[in-house]
Amino acid sequence: MIGLEIFNTFILLLLVVAAVTSLWVKDLLVSAVVFGVYSFLMCLLWAEMGAVDVAFTEATVGAGISTVVLVATIFHLRRKSND
Amino acid sequence: MIESLSTLVLATTPDAGNEGFMLLKIVGIVSGILGLIFFLGSAVGMLRFPDFYTRMHAAGKGDTLSTMLMLGGFGFVTMDDFSLGSWLLLIKILGVVLFIYLTTPTSSHALMRAAFEDDEMPMTEEDLKKSKKRGKKKS
Amino acid sequence: MTEWFAIIMGTCLFVLMIPVIYRICVGPTGFDRILAVNVIGTKTAVLLVIIGTLYDRVEMFVDFALTYALLNFVAAIIVSRYLNRTISLKEMEAREKAKKEAKAS
Repeated sequence: MIGLEIFNTFILLLLVVAAVTSLWVKDLLVSAVVFGVYSFLMCLLWAEMGAVDVAFTEATVGAGISTVVLVATIFHLRRKSND
Repeated sequence: MIESLSTLVLATTPDAGNEGFMLLKIVGIVSGILGLIFFLGSAVGMLRFPDFYTRMHAAGKGDTLSTMLMLGGFGFVTMDDFSLGSWLLLIKILGVVLFIYLTTPTSSHALMRAAFEDDEMPMTEEDLKKSKKRGKKKS
Repeated sequence: MTEWFAIIMGTCLFVLMIPVIYRICVGPTGFDRILAVNVIGTKTAVLLVIIGTLYDRVEMFVDFALTYALLNFVAAIIVSRYLNRTISLKEMEAREKAKKEAKAS
């Protein structure tokens, strides 16, 4: 349907922006959080294409667990990435 | 007024439905548009405010209200027959609205508290003048 | 009729997300970015319900919206909770400087 194509382009645009920002940002914690947004938008894409169970798994695993695990690891490292 | 508004809004659609659902659909559309306007306000607030705490204020408030209005609007618009299923759907959507109503303010507060403890100082009057003087639009 | 309403709402929502994305890319402090991430999290819940009306299977997508809101809330609380516990950036750098001086002397 016409509506889904419009949403498709917008979501893909947001995905690219979130991915680039997640790599480009200096603070490690913020990159972990922006990575969470990336997987949120990824689930939106899956849901928008109709793959409903994949969206659910991606949401719980990507946004739920991996963000928490990334933040937990950053808790042990220094927050400033030195590259 | 309601008749003219409903005929205006739904003139073209074939499934205009009987009187009851027209009213529900109009309420849904109006609250949807109101939600958009509030989100516009909070988006502009997030863009233009000079300091983190002011942006947090704009985002926290506008975001919650616009989400609730839009979800409520969609709950009413999708109510096409008064069977048990659509009532259940409405209750589920209102459940999501209640959940968002409870959790977004608490997460904004937690974020604000974390920012304050990470010694993120709010902008004072002088900083505003200084940043304007230096011509730097956003500090 | 509801399909057109959903499409218009969806495009307006995406267009209005551009300031939030700008705040994610540019946001001077890290907290602006986390805040913008929080805003996008709640907005995806609304977008999911919109997509649900397009597929006109709204019951299933309302459950997704609830899960999204829950996950977004959990992520925001964990991030702000983690920020509270660690020492601030300045103290961390000050401590390293002190260590370096101790080693040098």
